[in-house]
Amino acid sequence: MSETGIVLRALRHRSFAVGGLLSGGVLGMALLSLVWTPYAPTAINIRKRMALPSAEHWLGTDSFGRDVLSLILAGAQNSLMVGLVAVGIGLMLGSALGLLAAARRGWIEELVMRFADFTFAFPAILSAILLAAVFGPSTMNSIVAIAIFNIPVFARVVRGSANAVWARDYILAARAAGKGGSRITLEHVLPNILAVIVVQATIQFALAILAEAALSYLGLGTQPPTPSWGRMLNEAQAMVFRAPYLAVFPGIAIAIAVLGFNLLGDGLRDLTDPRLSRQR
Amino acid sequence: MDQPLLTVRDLRVTLSTARGPAEAVRGLDFSLDRGETLGIVGESGCGKSLTALALMGLLPDNGHAGGSVLFRNEDILRFDERQMCDLRGNRLAMIFQEPMTSLNPLHRIGNQIAEPLQQHLKLSRRQAWERAAELLDRVGIPNPRARLESYPHQLSGGQRQRVMIAIALACDPDILIADEPTTALDVTIQGQILDLIRKLVDDSGMALILISHDLGVIAETVDRVLVMYAGRAVETGPVHEVFAGLRHPYARGLFAAMPRLAPGLAYPRPRLPTIPGIVPDLLDLGTACAFAPRCVLAEPRCRGEFPPLVAVGPRHGAECWRTDMTEERP
Repeated sequence: MSETGIVLRALRHRSFAVGGLLSGGVLGMALLSLVWTPYAPTAINIRKRMALPSAEHWLGTDSFGRDVLSLILAGAQNSLMVGLVAVGIGLMLGSALGLLAAARRGWIEELVMRFADFTFAFPAILSAILLAAVFGPSTMNSIVAIAIFNIPVFARVVRGSANAVWARDYILAARAAGKGGSRITLEHVLPNILAVIVVQATIQFALAILAEAALSYLGLGTQPPTPSWGRMLNEAQAMVFRAPYLAVFPGIAIAIAVLGFNLLGDGLRDLTDPRLSRQR
Repeated sequence: MDQPLLTVRDLRVTLSTARGPAEAVRGLDFSLDRGETLGIVGESGCGKSLTALALMGLLPDNGHAGGSVLFRNEDILRFDERQMCDLRGNRLAMIFQEPMTSLNPLHRIGNQIAEPLQQHLKLSRRQAWERAAELLDRVGIPNPRARLESYPHQLSGGQRQRVMIAIALACDPDILIADEPTTALDVTIQGQILDLIRKLVDDSGMALILISHDLGVIAETVDRVLVMYAGRAVETGPVHEVFAGLRHPYARGLFAAMPRLAPGLAYPRPRLPTIPGIVPDLLDLGTACAFAPRCVLAEPRCRGEFPPLVAVGPRHGAECWRTDMTEERP
């Protein structure tokens, strides 16, 4: 298929296009906040506290008089950073374990998969609370907690797809040519399952954003004064009857980010799977 | 050195299945010298492919090989994975039935040929690429230099099998194992590929093990043939002698079941003879002749005792109690 064919098909794919637009928007917000926000996100202005949305403060101000729009823009940074690092760690460790399990089979595979089952069965939020209790709440600890939760997800998906690749004829042919397990894994298995990993990473990214918001909402993640959508929700909770918009805007931001990356992941899965390439 | 290049003694392949161990190869003996060509023939499930995989050390996870396979006086069944990797693609090479799926669709042809060269012969990338072009030329692919840049999907089935042969030949192996190399190809291409394999074997002096269910393919390509049934070599011998007078009832049945194209054949065409019954269950073969339940010549002794290997000619043997009944041509 030609290059333009792929681009056209991607643009016509509804969930891919919408997902791309939404997640691109979130990414744009994060990038924009690096160079410009309407107000300094942490600037306190007590006289203008709890201002309703207006021309001056588009999304109003919170109980400290901070500009909500600026906080949301800057909060995107935090969400994306936590998601990226946590999913990145989970992806690398999980994929390595999954590839190892598929290449070695036998008791190594058994060990890896039982470890994955164990981690999977342990509630992620509980392990995050545990980490926060031991090491104190911080962004780093929420990253570690989310990363640990991501390892078994990638280990399972990668092992499953890698096993399917290992059963192909050209793997047997490669083995007959004298290639060892690690070379076959890197040269034949990994390139063939890359699409699966990318799709899973996109979906895990959405989950990680949600998890980060949840941890920060509980006070276990990002600490003040770093802007975070989850903590904005937490702070808005006390005033939900006096200023409901304080909870609404970060809520919308989280929803858009999660929806965007989920749709993007769905779209990518459809587009990379030749059997599903018909219109949806 | 008077030892043959390859000596297989009492080769056994056991597959562990959900219903217990299945003996797929039950005591196979043969030897192979440099430049010799051996054909293994038999129907699906008789253990011929597993024999090849056992020689390469590539049995599936649930398979186990017993006995001994002496290659250059070393028992390669005792080799560890690292030692086998050094042999595979280097001293022992194999080509497979399905050229359409035996090449990785993501890599260029050139890379796939050059890789074993870089690995085994420690050639540089540039040297390996040069050598790959020569190999493509040798297996009869026109315009080899341009073809190195192609991806597998840009090649036809016959061309892909030629590429597989080029990969197998890359390091000048001592033994080439060809497992049904022409089964998936058009008849016209089949002949070309067989001619190519035969010519390459003659030129290089390597030994060939050709596995096929097609007696015609075997008869045309190899010097010596081994007919397998239920994991045993039921008849072995020089190909011209064996085909001149098949002595095992199974081999005779296989030969009779082969369609023939003869001018002036009567209409309506007579039905092809078949061998009645099905291949026996490998889980319970017992100690009698495995072919007895399907054999027209079977007598009580065949169902009770394992038949001996009867010498029916110089270097020609059949594992049967009733060779006295199979002297005239079928």
